Parts: sequence; C-alpha cells; structure tokens
Amino acid sequence: MKVKVISRSTDEFTRERSQDLQRVFRNFDPKLRPQEKAVEYVRALNAAKLEKIFARPFIGAMDGHIDAISCMAKNPNFLKGIFSGSMDGDIRLWDIASRKTVCQFPGHQGAVRGLTASTDGSTLISCGTDCTCCLINVLSFPSCHADCACLHIQANAVYVGKNAYWAVDHQWGGDLFATTGARVEIWNHNRSQPVNTFEWGTDTVISVRFNPGEPNLLATSASDRSIALYDLRMSTPARKLIMQTRTNSIAWNPMEPLNFTAANEDCSCYSYDARKLDEAKCVHKDHVSAVMDIDYSPTGREFVTGSYDRTVRIFPYNGGHSREIYHTKRMQRVFCVKFSSDASYIISGSDDTNLRLWKAKASEQMGVLLPREQKKHEYQEAVKNRYKHLPEVKRIVRHRHLPRPIYKAKELRRTVIDAEKKKEERRKAHSTPGSIVTESVRKRRIIREVE
Amino acid sequence: MGLEEETGGSAKDVPPTEQELSAEFDTTLQKYLRGEGADLEALKDKKLKGQLTVREKLYGNSAKAAAKFEKWLMPSEGGYLEAEGIEKTWRIKQDQITREVDILSSRNQYDIVLKDLGPYTLDFTPSGRYMATAGRKGHVAIVDMKSMELIREMQVKETVRDIVFLHNETFFAVAQKKYPYIYNRDGIELHCLKDVTTGEMIGNFRTGLGRTETMQVNPFNGVIAVGHSGGTVSMWKPTSAAPLVKMLCHHGPISALAFHPNGQLMATCGREKKIKIWDLRKFEVVQTIPGHHAKTLDFSQKGLLAAGTGSYAQVLGDFSGSQNYSRYMGHSIAKGYQIGKVSFRPYEDVLVMGHSMGWSSILIPGSGEPNFDTWVANPFETSKQRREKEIHTLLDKLPPETIMLDPSKIGTVRPYKKREKPTKEEMEAEKEAAVEAVKDIALKKKTKGRNKTSKRVMKRKVLIDKAKKPFIEKEMQEAGKLAGKRKLGEETELPASLKRFVRKKAAV
Repeated sequence: MKVKVISRSTDEFTRERSQDLQRVFRNFDPKLRPQEKAVEYVRALNAAKLEKIFARPFIGAMDGHIDAISCMAKNPNFLKGIFSGSMDGDIRLWDIASRKTVCQFPGHQGAVRGLTASTDGSTLISCGTDCTCCLINVLSFPSCHADCACLHIQANAVYVGKNAYWAVDHQWGGDLFATTGARVEIWNHNRSQPVNTFEWGTDTVISVRFNPGEPNLLATSASDRSIALYDLRMSTPARKLIMQTRTNSIAWNPMEPLNFTAANEDCSCYSYDARKLDEAKCVHKDHVSAVMDIDYSPTGREFVTGSYDRTVRIFPYNGGHSREIYHTKRMQRVFCVKFSSDASYIISGSDDTNLRLWKAKASEQMGVLLPREQKKHEYQEAVKNRYKHLPEVKRIVRHRHLPRPIYKAKELRRTVIDAEKKKEERRKAHSTPGSIVTESVRKRRIIREVE
Repeated sequence: MGLEEETGGSAKDVPPTEQELSAEFDTTLQKYLRGEGADLEALKDKKLKGQLTVREKLYGNSAKAAAKFEKWLMPSEGGYLEAEGIEKTWRIKQDQITREVDILSSRNQYDIVLKDLGPYTLDFTPSGRYMATAGRKGHVAIVDMKSMELIREMQVKETVRDIVFLHNETFFAVAQKKYPYIYNRDGIELHCLKDVTTGEMIGNFRTGLGRTETMQVNPFNGVIAVGHSGGTVSMWKPTSAAPLVKMLCHHGPISALAFHPNGQLMATCGREKKIKIWDLRKFEVVQTIPGHHAKTLDFSQKGLLAAGTGSYAQVLGDFSGSQNYSRYMGHSIAKGYQIGKVSFRPYEDVLVMGHSMGWSSILIPGSGEPNFDTWVANPFETSKQRREKEIHTLLDKLPPETIMLDPSKIGTVRPYKKREKPTKEEMEAEKEAAVEAVKDIALKKKTKGRNKTSKRVMKRKVLIDKAKKPFIEKEMQEAGKLAGKRKLGEETELPASLKRFVRKKAAV
C-alpha cells in the first residue's frame, strides 16, 4: 500500500529570525475564494467612496497680479516655473512649489495678449495690445528667497508693429515665432521685422499654435469663425475651416500631432484630424458658457479647458463628456489654463487676478509612494473601473457638486436641446421618409471647408 | 518508513506524453479563466470591440500565469492512499497507516476520552488551526491543534447543543439551553442573544415546514440550508421572507446535510437509511447510496464525503470524476462510542469525530487541500497577521443583499423580461401584505376623552379599506375589460336570423 499524508513542518512555513520577512504562500485556485465577485463589488464601492473622501484638488492660489490674467506660458526646460501676463501689462515668473513670484518683467503699456517661451527655454516672448512684442532673456534665475523682493529684468529686445497683437506662439525646435493680430506674421529672434506674413480675409486672427510634431505647420483661429492651417514652407495659407461660432483657442495633441482640439464659443470643444477637416473627430460638450482656453496634457490622453462660466474641466481626448470639474466661489471667469509638464497639475488664470494650482487627479496622493501603496492605488482604480457601471458605484463615481448657476444653466440647456430634438423627430415622423436628414453632431457646426 | 516513492518501477511512473501534459494544462487554464469569454464577433461597436479584445487578452495572460504557478510553484503535494494487489482501501486500518507515515502525521491520530460530560460536538476555524469542542453537559474547550494545547476550558453549567467559531478563533458562539451565547477567546461571555431585537438581526422567518434538526451554510454562495422533519430541505437568504428553494429530499426526516466546497453538490441523509447526493444546479439526484443511516455528514476540501453512523465512520470518495461516490476508507470507534459529529480538518488530511465519550482523530490521506493561501486562511498565522486580516475582512464585509444562489451574477446585465400580468394568487398575496402592513401601524393615543374604542375601531376599518381600495379598483377594471370582451364575443355568436333583435347602439 502506498500512503502519503500532508505534513507541514513548522520551520518550512514560518520565518527563521524575527528580522526576516514573514513568509507568504499563494494558491490562486478560485474554489478557495467563494463569492469573489461580491467581495470585489464591495471593494469597488469602498474604493469609490474613498476616492471621494480624498478628493481635494485645490492646492493654492498665487496672487500678486493687480488685474485679470490674460495669458500664461510654460517653460519647456524648467518644470517648476510658469509665466503669466495680465491685463495691465504685468508679466511675472512664478515658482509653483512655493506659489510666489520669482521675477517680475517689465511688461507692456496695455494688456499682455500672448506669452510664449522658446523651446530651449532661454527666451520669453510676449506681445500686447500696445503693438509691441518683447523678447526677454530668462536664463539663470535664482529661486525665490523668503525676504527678497522680486527682481526686475530689462527686456532684451522690443519690436514694434503696426497693429495690436492678439497672440504669439513659438515654433517647436526652431527659432521662429508667430504673432497674430491683423495678420499672421512670422518673426526670427534677431530680425526686427517679420520674416513672412500671411493674410487670408480681413478679420483679426485671435490665436495661433504651432504643431509639436511638424514644426512648419501652424493653426490659427480668426474672428470670422474660421480655423486656418498654414505651412511655413508654402507662400500661401493651406486650408481653412469655417464654423458657426468663433474658436477662442486651439491646442495640438502632443502625442498624436495630427489632431488638434479647438475651444469654441458655443460651449463645446471640437477635435479635428488636420488631414480631414470636413468632420470633427469628437465633440466635447459639458461647459455652459464659452470655452476660453484649452491645453493638452503631455500624455496626450486628456486636456483641460477653462471657460467663461467660472469652471475648469478636464476631458478625455476621445470622450464626449468631462471627467472632472473644478470650481471655487472665488474663481471668476477663467481666461487661460495650462497643464503642467509632468501631467500632475493644472494652473488656471482667471479674472480675479489669481493663478490657481489644482491637482490633475483630485484624489491622487502626491509625492513618493511606496511600491505597496502604488499597487494598492492601482488595484483600487482597476476594481472601481470594473464595477463603475453598476448603479450604486456609478452614483458615487459620477457625483460632482456644481455651483447653482451652472446647475441651472445645464438644466436649461438640457431642456432646450430636448425640445429641439423632439421637434425634429416630429417633423421627421410627419414627412416623407428621407426628406429630412439629421446631420451628425460632428458635422453640424461646420459651415464649409475652404482650400 | 517510505513516505512516497517518486521514482518507482510501477507503470504509472512513465513520464506523461506532451499531449497529456497540454491537456492537463488546458483544464487548469479553464479553471482560472472562470467561464467563457465575451463573444466579440457579434459586436458592431468598433471602440468597444477594441477595448474588449485587449481585456480578453489580459485575462488569458493572467489565467496562464496562474496555471503555470499551480503547476510549478506550489510548495506541497496532496496526500493519497493506494491499495496494491488484492488489497482494498476500505479495509486498511489506521494502525497500518501509522506504520507507513512520519511521526508528525501520526501525532494526528488519537482518541480523547472524557467520560462524564456528554456527547461532544466540534468546529474548526477556517485555517484548521483551532478547534472548539463542546460536551452536552456544558463543557466547552478551545484547543490549538498544532501544538495540542488547551487554550481555554470552561463549564457553562447548561445544556450545550452546538458550538461554532465566528470569523476567527477569538469569538465563538455556543447554543445553550435557551439562547445562543457569544464568548471571547478567554471564555468571557460577550452577548446573550436573548432579545431578538437587539443587535442587527437581519431576518426572522417562520418556515412553516416542520421541525428542523439540521442546518448548514453553503460555503460557495452563503445561503443557509435547513433540513426539516418532513423530508424537505429549504434554502434561505437573509433578505427574503420566502425560501429560495424547497426540495423534497427524503421520505422521512432529514438527519444530516452537507455541502461540497465547490457549491454544486449537496449530500443529505434521511431516516430511511439512504444518502442522496444532489446536483444543485439542476436540483436532481446524482447518486443514492443505500444502507447508511448517517447522523452526520461532512465534505472535505478535496470532495471526500464522511458519514458517521453509530460508531462507524465511513469515508466515500469520487475517484472517477463522474460524481460517483464509492467506498474509500472506514473506521470504527473503539468501545462502540456513538459518533455525534464528523468534521474534516481544513488543510490537513485529518478527520475528527466527536462522540459520546470525547473525540477521536484519524488520518484520511487525500482529504485536505495541500496548499493554503496566506491571504485566505493561514494555519501559521501570527497575532499581528490575525489582526490585519480581521480588519481587511471587516472592510470587505458583504451586505446581506449580495447573498444569492448564483454569486457570479453580480455585475452582469439582467435580461430584459417582459412584464407579465400578476396572477390572481400574486395579487391576493400583495393585498394581504398591504393589509398586514396597515394593521401594524400604531395609532396615536388621544387624551381628554377623545380616545373612544368605537372611534379607534372605525379608524382602523377606514385604514384597511383604504389599503384595499387600489386592488379592488384593479379587479373591477379587469372585470370590466372581460365583460367588454365577452360582449363582443356574444354579438358575433348570434345566428343571422336573430340579429334583427339585437339592441343596436344609437348612432352618434
């Protein structure tokens, strides 16, 4: 007869010395884990609740400006700093970690309309309504000391133009920058006159962005509700798209440089593929008032928008609705937003002269995490995503407190849209099939594309 | 003193072929995949299809990793008992096994005789480390099975009928003469569940099916099965007043009930000396084993079934894989002590039997799960680990609504069922329920002479009529519709010659 019985010797299964780690033995058999789905569901519920408990996105406000903030710029080489320009001509460099002004630059006589930094981080270019464009050398600044007053720096070069400037952007990797106002002008750092000029139509061009992947491509938006694409190597503008409402700002997706998203006056953002402008790739709808500014995260997976309705929203790059909304009683109309270069923070500049620092993920634990903590957070995220469609979990995950005016405005918009839809359906039902065609949302707002 | 012969000259030691290996790997892979994957061909949504393809691939990878882990990295192997030649396994006695097995294992075979304090019943913690025993005459003891140390012993001075551990070895509950009591590990009485409204009682149900003698929890889905004296087994979940399932199992009262750990098999024994094995998915008998009047049944982690009859414990095993239980081993208790309860020890090849004069422990090779998971149940748990585990179990505590017959249904989409009209009985039941609810309302006690009995009676009548009103209206509507239908039918049935006499409706 052959016999074997389970016999476990204690020293094989326990630790030898008290300094050793405890021994862990695993058996992944599902029959040792009855009701595993119920347990997972309870964990998902708890994870959703914990996420809401730890959701404290607002970090702090940086105040110092004495007028509304009109534009901001990131320094590609220096993670901790951000430039901001205000409506009274003041330009400051902020240290995000201490939330204090490092340097103050001589600004403009009127409002500063555009700020941008060169790709190597050495030059800051600003433009304003006083028809001037300043170039400032920003290398080698000391970090902020508690007692010292902000340093004042002299401008490197000031170029004067014929009309007020509305926006400025610098080429990625090159040494050209573009300013817009009455027309699009391409400048070189060293020349006091523009190298090239583009003109299409007679309206002001209000924003400009260079493509991160293709350095010679740039997109602009004008007051005649158009978005135009320009190629620097060609002498004429490339393509124009006319919509029903004006686009306030454009941002290219840094990970998919063919796509850009336009922040529009009609409370939505439209994502386009630059090769195919007759149809939007995605329409992002959640704001209740004009979207003023937009910036992509360096991961290319989400973007942040600031709107006239006093809120900042974060959208996924391919999703129609926002995943997060940030608002404060003290934050008034948001005119500019930036995603920090490490994809963890959002900086918003608003009408109430403050820059505000927010976390990109509201319940994220900042700082260095132990591997076990990291794993735990990942597990919580995964289990919550697995059950986020179930009603109890969904209710908690989706819940956001909205300020009363925005809640009311949203309801109103909902009513209006529903009424229009119903009318359309009735018209369709009472006419010959095929005579009334509903245009898809992605095409609805586009008037035409012009070559 | 051979433990086992890994390299032997017998036929079974020829290395298995590649095909057999991969077939075995596939079966373990299926186990870890936990069901069929999603049908991606039928999807039209490209985005969803892409997302699901990625997810299915990830599931496949993790199942493969788990299957490989099981094959190569498990520390222990299961026990077995093989008879050679004309030997039969059920004739092998415990002392024959003692000779073949190591000293540590032979320490698990013993008889403990405690003459005075009545038949003993016992329970194990899920890790198999601690055992709680209780004698009928009030003797309660907690024993650490690894070191055979008596942790706590006490005399509760009342009849004790049953004892169970709560979530771990620090709390246990004793069913004493009138009420159940909960004790601490040190023997301190924590609760007496006397008043049924204190504590969080989730449900209190009248079965209406007769006296119940046996009760078991199905470990797979957490439902409680109760065996009645009429031969029916009913299964209950905490949130419903009616049982989930009622099965007529035996012709006589049910004397023992046990569940297989995979949740698919149930063994019942009735007074008519038959053990029946039921498939719980189809609710039909899989096998009937005649000739045993078992007072107690228990399944081991590996699926062996122990039946205790009189002073003989029979262990049955399913070796062909087709749910056909046959004799495996047996043991008769010395001096004919009557067995009260059999219980397999988790994660060990040991069967402990509580009998009228104490308890005995014997070795049943192949009954326990050889590899434990530290995060599920750890026989070598330190107190720090026990505290942490307790907190994690509390965080993962399941709400009573999640207990259902098929626990894998959580998170799935309920199929759309067209709402049928409730039957007459259902409507009657609803009406009764509404009336009962109204009757329970407590009326305000009025003073100053306004609290006349006649007024109170009138008020109650009015409330009951109000509750009944919607049902009566519905009935009248139904009756009206029926009458309408009948009228139409009548009109068409009249022969042609009589149609002139039908009263026509006045033209509008």
